[in-house]
Amino acid sequence: MEITLTHYLLLAMTVFLTGMVGFVVRRNAIVMLMCVELMLSSVNIVFAAYSRFHANADGHVFVLMNFAVAAAEAAIGLAILVEIFRRRRTVNVDDLKALME
Amino acid sequence: MESHATESLLRWIVLVPLLAAAVGGLLNRRLPKQVAGLLACGAVGVSFALSVTVFLRLTRMPAAERFVSDTMGTWIGFGNLQIDLGFTMDPLSGVMALVVTGVGFLIHIYSLGYMAHDEGFGRFFAYMNLFIFAMMTLVLGENMLMLFVGWEGVGLCSYLLIAFWFNDEANAAAGKKAFIVNRIGDFGFLLGIFLIGTTLLPHLAEGEGLFSFRTLQHHAGIMAPVATAICLLLFLGATGKSAQIPLYIWLPDAMAGPTPVSALIHAATMVTAGVYMVARMNFLFVLSPTAMGVVAAVGVVTAIFAATIALTQNDIKKVLAYSTVSQLGYMMLACGVGAFGIAIFHVMTHAFFKALLFLGSGSVIHAMSNEKDMRVMGGLKKKLPITFWTFLIGTLALAGIFPFAGFFSKDEILWKTFSSELGGVLPWALGFLAAGLTAFYMMRLVVLTFFGENRASAEVKSHIHESPATMTMPLVILAVLSLVGGWIGWPHFMGGGAWFEQWLAPVFSSGHGAAAHGAAVHGAAAGEAVHDTMMEWILAGASLAWGLIGLGVGYFVYMKKISIATSLRNLGGGVPYKILLNKYYVDEAYEGTFIRPGYLLSKNVLWKIVDAGLIDGLLVNGSALVVAITGSVLRLFQNGMVRFYAWSFTIGVTVFVLYLSFSG
Repeated sequence: MEITLTHYLLLAMTVFLTGMVGFVVRRNAIVMLMCVELMLSSVNIVFAAYSRFHANADGHVFVLMNFAVAAAEAAIGLAILVEIFRRRRTVNVDDLKALME
Repeated sequence: MESHATESLLRWIVLVPLLAAAVGGLLNRRLPKQVAGLLACGAVGVSFALSVTVFLRLTRMPAAERFVSDTMGTWIGFGNLQIDLGFTMDPLSGVMALVVTGVGFLIHIYSLGYMAHDEGFGRFFAYMNLFIFAMMTLVLGENMLMLFVGWEGVGLCSYLLIAFWFNDEANAAAGKKAFIVNRIGDFGFLLGIFLIGTTLLPHLAEGEGLFSFRTLQHHAGIMAPVATAICLLLFLGATGKSAQIPLYIWLPDAMAGPTPVSALIHAATMVTAGVYMVARMNFLFVLSPTAMGVVAAVGVVTAIFAATIALTQNDIKKVLAYSTVSQLGYMMLACGVGAFGIAIFHVMTHAFFKALLFLGSGSVIHAMSNEKDMRVMGGLKKKLPITFWTFLIGTLALAGIFPFAGFFSKDEILWKTFSSELGGVLPWALGFLAAGLTAFYMMRLVVLTFFGENRASAEVKSHIHESPATMTMPLVILAVLSLVGGWIGWPHFMGGGAWFEQWLAPVFSSGHGAAAHGAAVHGAAAGEAVHDTMMEWILAGASLAWGLIGLGVGYFVYMKKISIATSLRNLGGGVPYKILLNKYYVDEAYEGTFIRPGYLLSKNVLWKIVDAGLIDGLLVNGSALVVAITGSVLRLFQNGMVRFYAWSFTIGVTVFVLYLSFSG
C-alpha cells in the first residue's frame, strides 16, 4: 500500500484530537502540558508531510522552528508547574483558582 | 498688492511700551519708584517721539500715497488664508498714534505726582505701559485681527486699572462690570469679523492678507450684500468699547479707578477706539445706509441721554464720565452722518480737553484729601489757581466756546448733521440741545467746585494745597492744546482751510469698491455736502450763543440764585429729578431684565439640571455605571477554572475553523 498525503493527515488528525481531548478532560497540569505538546507535534507532522509532497523545504524550516518554540514553552511551563507544586503541593488545575475574578 | 513705503520704526512705537511694561511689571517693587516712573514715562516718551518721526515722514509724502507699513512676518498662513503680523500708519492712524502717545505721555508725567504715595506705584505704571502697547496695537495694527488683539488688550488693561485698588469690593465689582459689558460688545465684534472672513475668503487672490484693511477696502464691493449685518455687528462692539446706548453703563462705574486712568483710558483714548474702528471701516459703513442710520441715531440719543444724567450727579468724576459718554455720542453721530473726519477731529480735541478736565478733577480730589463729592467742595479758586484756570479752559472748550478747541469740532459735527443727507433737523436739534446742557452742567461743576465758600470740614480745609509741578505742568500743556488744538480744523466758511479734514480725506474717499456700490451715500460721506455759507454762520453763531447761555444760566443759578436749582429739583413732585439722579434706573432695569433672570436661570436650570443632572449625573456617573455593569457580566467568565478556559478555548477555535472552512 502506497502511503499518501491523506495518511499523514489522518495520523496528524488523530494525534491532534488525542491532544485536544486530553487537554480538556484531564486535571493534572503536567498531563495537560503534554497534551499541548501532542497538538504541536501533530502540526509538525502536517508541515513535514506537505513539505515532502510539494517538494518545498519551507515546511521543514517551520518544523525546526516549532521544535525550538515547543522546547522553550515546555521549559517555562514545567518550571512554573514545579514552582506551583513546591508552594501548593498539588498540580491539579481545579485546585488552582487564586486568579479568579 | 500695490507697493508702498516700509518703515521699520513702526514696530518700536508699539514694542517699546511693551518692553517697559514687562520690565516694570516683573521687577515691580524691586525697582525704586524713581526708576520705575522714569522707565514708564521714558517708554511712552520714546513711543511719542517715534510716532512724530513717522508722522513727519507721512507729511512729506504725496497726499494719495501717505501710507507706511512694517511687516514683521506671517502670523497665520495656510491655504489661501494669510494673516500678517504687521503695523501700518496712514493719516488716520497717524493722528490717533500722536493723540494716544502724546496725551498718554502727559498723563504718565501727571501720574508721577498723583500716584507718588501709592503702594502699587510700579504695578500702576506697568499696567499703564501695557495699555499704551495695546492701544497702539489697536491703532497701528495692519489688519482686523491685530486691531482685535489691541481691542481686547485695552479691555484687559481697563479692567486691571479700574480695579486697581481691589481691596475695596466696589472697585473690583466696577472692574468686573466693565469687563463683562465689554465682552457683550466684543462678541458682536467677533461675529462681524467672522462674517467678513467667510464672505471674503473664497474671493481672495494668492498672498492677499485676509482682514488686512487694504484688502477689505479693495474688496468692499464683495461684502456689499452683507454690509448691513457686518456693520451692525461691528457697531455692537463699538457701543461696548465707546460706551454707547445700550452698553454705556460700565463707564460711569469705571471712575472707581485712579483719576489718571479715567483721564487716559476712560476719556482720551480707549473709549474712542469704537469711533476709530467705525472710521477705519468707513468703506463698509457707507455701503449700508441702515447701519449709518443706526450709528447716527444711537450716537445722538446717547449724547442727549447722558447729558441729562450729568445735570444731577454730585460726584465730580461722575459728571465728567457722563459728559464723556455724551461726547462719544457726538462722535458716533458724526460717523453716522458720514463725517468720519470730523468724528476723528472731535476724538482729538476731546482727548485734549477731557484729559485736562479729568486731570484737573484729579488735582482737586488730591487737594481735598480724596473727596469726590462736589457738595462739600467750593471756593477752591484761590487755593488752586493753576488747576482752576486750566479747568476753566477745559470747560470752555467742552462747552464749545469760540476759539477753544471744542467749538470747532462740535460745531462741525452739528453742521454736518444738519446739512448731510444722512442727518437732518431732528438729530441736529437733539445734538444742539445736548450742547446747551453740556455748557450748563459744566458751569454747575465749576461753580460748585471752585466758587463760593468751602464747605469741607476744618481738617480737610487745612490740607488744601496746589498740586506739585509734575501734576500742574501737564495741565498747562493740555490747556494750551485745548485752546489751540482746534485751530487746525478752522473751517472754510470762517476763512480757514479745514486742514485736519483735508489731511484725513484720502482715508475716507478712496473706497474703490465702494464707489460703485454706494455712490449715493458716498457723496455725503466724502463731506461734499451742499455748502451753504450763510446757514453755516447762523448755526455756528447759534451754537456759540447757546453755549454761552448754558454757561450763563449755570453760573447764575448756582452762584446767585441757588433757590432756582432747589425749585427745579422739586419740579413735578421731584420725580424728574429723582429719575435723573438715579440715571433713569437703567442699572436697575438691567438688573431686573438680564442679571436676575440670568442668575435664576444659572441657578435653577444650568446648575441644578444641566450641571448636576446632565453632566454629573448622566455623563460622569452614567459612564461609570455602564463600565460597572459590563464588568459584572464579564466577571462571570473569569471564574479561575482552568478547564473551563480550556473548553472555551477549544470550542472557540473549533467554531472559528469550521466557519473558515465552510464560508468559502
